[in-house]
Amino acid sequence: MTATTATTTAATTRPTRPAKVHVSTRINGEDVEFLCEPRQSLLECLREVIGLTGTKEGCNDGNCGACSVLLDGRLVNSCLVLGVEAQGREITTIEGIAPPQGLHPLQQTFLEDAALQCGICTPGFIVAAKALLDREPDPTEERVRFWLAGNLCRCTGYDKIVRAVLDAAALMRQQRAGTAPDGRDGQAATAQPR
Amino acid sequence: MQAFEYVRPQSLREGVQLLAEKAGRARPLAGGTDLLVQLRAERFQLERVVDVKAIPELNQLVYDPAVGLTIGAAVPCYRIYEDSTVAVLYPGLIDSASIIGGIAIQGRATIGGNLCNASPSGDTIPSLIVHRATCTIAGPAATRTIPVEQFCLAPGATRLAPDELLVSITLPPPRPNSAGRYLRFIPRNEMDIAVVGAAAWVALDEAKRTIVDARIALGAVAPTPLFVPEAGQALIGTDANDAAIAAAAEAARAAARPITDMRGTAEQRRHLVGVLTARAIRGALARARGEHVPVLALH
Repeated sequence: MTATTATTTAATTRPTRPAKVHVSTRINGEDVEFLCEPRQSLLECLREVIGLTGTKEGCNDGNCGACSVLLDGRLVNSCLVLGVEAQGREITTIEGIAPPQGLHPLQQTFLEDAALQCGICTPGFIVAAKALLDREPDPTEERVRFWLAGNLCRCTGYDKIVRAVLDAAALMRQQRAGTAPDGRDGQAATAQPR
Repeated sequence: MQAFEYVRPQSLREGVQLLAEKAGRARPLAGGTDLLVQLRAERFQLERVVDVKAIPELNQLVYDPAVGLTIGAAVPCYRIYEDSTVAVLYPGLIDSASIIGGIAIQGRATIGGNLCNASPSGDTIPSLIVHRATCTIAGPAATRTIPVEQFCLAPGATRLAPDELLVSITLPPPRPNSAGRYLRFIPRNEMDIAVVGAAAWVALDEAKRTIVDARIALGAVAPTPLFVPEAGQALIGTDANDAAIAAAAEAARAAARPITDMRGTAEQRRHLVGVLTARAIRGALARARGEHVPVLALH
């Protein structure tokens, strides 16, 4: 009997960490591959492995929405999705919200309506609001508040956020109809201060 | 989070086998909205997480007039409330699926998971009970079926053996002139855990006047969701008058065994049982008579 087998126990023969998993996914329209341990959440993978730090960690348990992303177009909390579950899926993060030129209407109205202060909740709110407006172009205020119930903000008191979402919905309807004012037609660059 | 192996079986047989191999040290992963939180809190020590979302039987959402509605254990809430057939036939279930957490949670969370998590306040469980839902469970040797009201044993504990997997939940075809309703009390409008939950289901006669069958179940007022047969009995044979509804609500109140915790006092919970049971009965009656009663959640 060798020294090795004499000291071998169940604890030392079982690997302490399973091998990393190779994940192929599509993030904001680009193919992305990464390695992660099974226990790493999609949030952790986005921020720590891939380097997309726009998505924020707030509570890490599905209560605050700071980690909101779209998974195959569905709004989810990325803290409650494992990175390995992203295999073969499409993910949209805050980094993928802006069009090739300029700002998404939500980004525009959030700035114009002062819907952020510290900004830590803002990526989550914008992603969540985009998920709503992609489905429902003309939501009521009550519907907006209900949809965003999973996104918490400590700074603003929510009112300006709700107004910004409603203003963005109106702007998007105008853009679709071709009736948006100059500079707000989705073609030009940045938001103008009011 | 603790380190674990992740596997994603493609068949029910493979899934059961992967669970059985590590029985007690493996758990199924559906939506992950409970499991991941619990893993981080080290409520379990797991070597393996079995992602069941690729197993066909767990993904089915099928209505068959002969069988009823079969909901695979891994079907997320959003699929349930976006299904027009379910919305018409089982609005009481839509009540529940629409108010678990918020939109992002409903994008992942499943009613199979809600049931297996066996929280005393699980929002889908009282609805499933009053709709006479049954659970189909697969193990290495056999498949069995039990009524939902027998599934939960204690907070977080179910009748599942460590090597068994909940496959699906089946609701029988709706009787004519019948409907359910689920209501809960929470501090905010969304996202909170139920302080009290109440589900009612009634079936009326052809004239839509006399209650011929009724079931009441409560959440968050006992170690498990509570089926209260005597509350339903108080309605059967009556014409749903105020006295009958009050008697049913009182029977529900008497059966409740709430505790005092950070979400509410036992006294407040007992009061809420009476109020919510009466409202749930009225909502179920209105639906059974063909009226539209919107879900709480503005869908």
